Amino acid sequence: MKIDHSLPLEYSTDQNQYNILGFWIFLGAEIMLFATLFATYFTLANRTGSGPSGAEIFEITPVLIETLLLLTSSFTIGLGIHAMRLGNKKAMLSFFSITLLLGLAFLGVEIYEFIHYVHVGAGIQTSAFTSILLTTLGTHGAHVTLGLFWGLFIILQVKKRGLTPQTANKSFIFSLYWHFLDVVWIFIFSFIYLKGMM
Amino acid sequence: MEFLERFAVPHPSIAIYASMVAIGLTMIAIVAGLTYFKKWGYLWREWLTTVDHKRIGIMYLISALLMLFRGGVDAIMMRAQLSAPENTLLDAQHYNEIFTTHGVVMIIFMAMPFIFALMNFVVPLQIGARDVAFPRLNALSFWLFFMGAMLFNISFVIGGSPDAGWTSYFPLAGNEFSTSVGTNYYMLAIQISGIGSLMTGINMITTILKMRAPGMTLMKMPMFTWSSFIANVIIVFAFPVLTVALAMGTMDRLFGTQFFTMENGGMDMLWANLFWVWGHPEVYILILPAFGIYSEVISTFSRKNLYGYKSMVASMVVISLMSFLVWAHHFFTMGQGALTNSIFSITTMAIAVPTGVKIFNWLLTMWKGKIEITTPMLYSLLFIPLFTLGGVTGVMLAMSAADYQYHNTMFLVAHFHNVIIPGVVFAMLAGLTYYWPKMFGFMLNERIGKWTAWLLSIGFLLAFMPMYITGLDGQARRMYTYSEATGFGPLNMISFVGAIIMAVGFALIVYNVYYSTRYASRDIGEDPWDARTLEWATHNPVPEYNFAVVPEVRSSEALWDAKKHGHVLFKDRNYKKIHMPNNSGVPFIMSLIFFVWGFSFIFSLWIPAILATIGILVCMAHRSFEQDHGHYISVEEIEETETKMRGAK
Amino acid sequence: MKRKWMALSIIFAIATFLTGCEPLLVLDPKGPQAARQAQDIMLSIGIMSIIVLVVFAMLIFVLFKYRASKQSPDYEPPHMEGNIWVEAICVGIPVIIVAYLSFVSVQSNYIVEATPQGYEEKEPLVIYASSSNWKWHFSYPEENIETVNYLYIPTDRPLEFKLYSHGPITSFWIPQLGGQKYAMSDMITTLHLAADAPGEFMGRNANFSGKGFAENTFEVTAMSPTEFVEWVDEVQETAKPLTEEKFDELIEPGHLGRMTFTGTHLDFMPPPEGHNHGSSHADESIEDSHSEHEGDHSNH
Repeated sequence: MKIDHSLPLEYSTDQNQYNILGFWIFLGAEIMLFATLFATYFTLANRTGSGPSGAEIFEITPVLIETLLLLTSSFTIGLGIHAMRLGNKKAMLSFFSITLLLGLAFLGVEIYEFIHYVHVGAGIQTSAFTSILLTTLGTHGAHVTLGLFWGLFIILQVKKRGLTPQTANKSFIFSLYWHFLDVVWIFIFSFIYLKGMM
Repeated sequence: MEFLERFAVPHPSIAIYASMVAIGLTMIAIVAGLTYFKKWGYLWREWLTTVDHKRIGIMYLISALLMLFRGGVDAIMMRAQLSAPENTLLDAQHYNEIFTTHGVVMIIFMAMPFIFALMNFVVPLQIGARDVAFPRLNALSFWLFFMGAMLFNISFVIGGSPDAGWTSYFPLAGNEFSTSVGTNYYMLAIQISGIGSLMTGINMITTILKMRAPGMTLMKMPMFTWSSFIANVIIVFAFPVLTVALAMGTMDRLFGTQFFTMENGGMDMLWANLFWVWGHPEVYILILPAFGIYSEVISTFSRKNLYGYKSMVASMVVISLMSFLVWAHHFFTMGQGALTNSIFSITTMAIAVPTGVKIFNWLLTMWKGKIEITTPMLYSLLFIPLFTLGGVTGVMLAMSAADYQYHNTMFLVAHFHNVIIPGVVFAMLAGLTYYWPKMFGFMLNERIGKWTAWLLSIGFLLAFMPMYITGLDGQARRMYTYSEATGFGPLNMISFVGAIIMAVGFALIVYNVYYSTRYASRDIGEDPWDARTLEWATHNPVPEYNFAVVPEVRSSEALWDAKKHGHVLFKDRNYKKIHMPNNSGVPFIMSLIFFVWGFSFIFSLWIPAILATIGILVCMAHRSFEQDHGHYISVEEIEETETKMRGAK
Repeated sequence: MKRKWMALSIIFAIATFLTGCEPLLVLDPKGPQAARQAQDIMLSIGIMSIIVLVVFAMLIFVLFKYRASKQSPDYEPPHMEGNIWVEAICVGIPVIIVAYLSFVSVQSNYIVEATPQGYEEKEPLVIYASSSNWKWHFSYPEENIETVNYLYIPTDRPLEFKLYSHGPITSFWIPQLGGQKYAMSDMITTLHLAADAPGEFMGRNANFSGKGFAENTFEVTAMSPTEFVEWVDEVQETAKPLTEEKFDELIEPGHLGRMTFTGTHLDFMPPPEGHNHGSSHADESIEDSHSEHEGDHSNH
């Protein structure tokens, strides 16, 4: 493995550069995935059948809390990567841990939100609208869940192996993923919740 | 007992029981053979765990050929059933299952792996790379495809085949009208192999963008690499749509969601839209690499550079963009109104323009050339007129008002076979013959090869030209029978004869492989075709590390440059140790777990499904923690291999 | 050049076959819409044949002229980059052809999606055609009768079919009167047809809908308006009323022969509310199809 020291650690080997480019392309595919879900959501948003509409079930408080948590976590992981670039392993690990805790809190509120929906009679089987609503939110939630495990693994690896080209590369890619989830959430917040409540 | 009943085939027949026995015996024979010849270790070490792009390519190739025969048998049965009016060879249910599996197998499990086979094998060689960017991921892609294919293929002996057409339109494919697990197989098997395709897309794009030999700018890439690049970009943007559609279909069937149902707001045409938003780009995913192969072959055997390289690239870029803007032409008859139909009609016809440019460029490549008709060239020369027929009928279908008459008829069936067979299948066979010496170190027999090409073309014309006519005479597709009064009989009989001739042609390919393996000369040198591009600058068959020294290129025809203009490809003659990725069994094991995962979902076996899900996550976690820095091939080893392959030089 | 001969002889054989036998249904139109479509088809076949011939001719030319066997062994083909003018022609001519066909296509789209030409002044007959596995139900709301698996229509009057399905997506198709259109469970689509002359036509579901799909056909009889009125009167007198129970029985999966009823199922099982609008015309006609048809269609 040739290491090019003139580049940031996460870009320092050829394989690292492949990984980052490959992950960007993967995010392109993810954009298509969520775009398809959004397109389906817009198509089905008014097809509520005998079930409730968005305006009837959406609650602003948990959604605002979720948004706040996720936006903050996106900020903290940015700080984490900044710390990584400075070679400050301890600070980086702290910021990553905070990020994951915020993510966990987000997930907690989202689970509460789901229970609420089922409680008010908007389960996944109720109507085309609830099916796509819960599938879209659920797909995002599943991404966050997977991200929590992934992030945890990375923290463990950085702790054990230190900041090597490999761990730095993984951490950087994870941060891209986490920012992406944040961006998706902004779309969910604007086009599903805000639009639905108006 | 009640538990086991779900695995029974709901609509059995002698043929299905016979297949069960045949499958059982084959599996016993394979296991016994491997044990007897003590090949388990070899199989595991050299193939199941390999991450070498060339071996993965070859495995794709073998799978694609196997699936070609599976889908071909389906085709023969369909043509046999329709060869006479009121035929009773198959009943409606079996016929429905057969045309469904024929379509899925041929597109997803034959054409896709065939193009992946050639891409995997050829692209890294054409750009002078040692492997793809993510060799491990590449193995996972292959095994996911393979397990998806196997999962799909066991459907007809366990639980019943899908029977709602390869398009699987809802609500027909919903629980209400498709009560067997067949459509579950469709949803999950395609899902699993689709994930593999998506990862191949990411892998190939990264490889092509990042791993080209020094001097190879984007506009100096060989045309097949360009076409693969574009096809993979389409894959990355099209396959997620299929992923979502299949996931929603699966949820409708297994978890009672209401996406495509008939009540509570479900929307059946949403499936059709999503399916074709993937489905139409998919067509170009298949045809662009085929165009790439033709470009290589035609240029090589015209002994002339490819005419209009820039316009070839431009036309592919235009095609890739437009392929996402034409999907509604698959259902002009949905009643979306004259305006929508007009828009999609125009975009569809417009896509014929860049395709036409390519045809003219190939003709101009041959112009003033020195045409030598080898088997790959023969396929390409047959492709041009036959594909033109398919192309112009495509333009006819694009006229939406007239399409009201073509839609859902044999005319349409004739059209898409007319583009896919001469377009994709001939290209793959041309590519197979062209790259065979690169893969195995000997040539396929030319005489048998040419016979095959002629038989396939004649068979093709006989099988599909009559369908244009019966289509215009009102024969709808997917009808398992028709009455004598319709008068479709004689033409369908001609189709059947054509199908038999094609079957003979395909059988000849197998015979050719056998014959050439036994009798062909192994002394073919490095450049048996007098080729032009970089992949022919290394040995046949290719050593593990592809190129002992990284080549430097200055044009899209690097080898031709070296041969005719004295360009030095390998400047530094001193070998250095080469870094190579390690083999791994995880992709195979993970895909096997995916197989169990899919199977459990198909039959709603929730405990195995949860266990398999955990298993998949554990494999991913393992990958995260794993530290694999690959290994080095030492200078001595390289010297040894090079001497052996080159003869002492 | 065996291949060329073969291709040409096959095309020739097809041509002979086409002219020798009875005309193909689609190319033997009996109504204005089908006539327009057949005209488009023949036009596109004509233009496309020219393209095919050009490509074939070019291929034959280069194969004859530039075979290796016809050239001296030391001939070196020249290196050729693209030529801007040649490629402009390769793009330009197809663009012109496609533009022309697009023009025709767009025009035809608006023609087939509207009341047939020459029939604009006449009051359309509205027929609800709904499919169930594997039958067709034809409801004549104005005449207040319903038939199964057969369709009687008057000539010389525009027909407005309102299509929907009680099950899988089907496609309503009478090749000699005009192209097909989908019938779906959650919306109504409108198909405009007309028959120029009396006759019997084949009609079928063209979209695969499961086991009984092949037999999912119906017979169409076009008759003069007076005969049609007579038939309606006769049905009113002789047929039994269609009850809800009876209709539930009818839409069970299976095949049925021809059946006739008075009353329509639209009264107790209204068609889906959504509709895919073909044109503004279709929009309006759906709105007033729920009330009485007063013949204000002549405005269009």
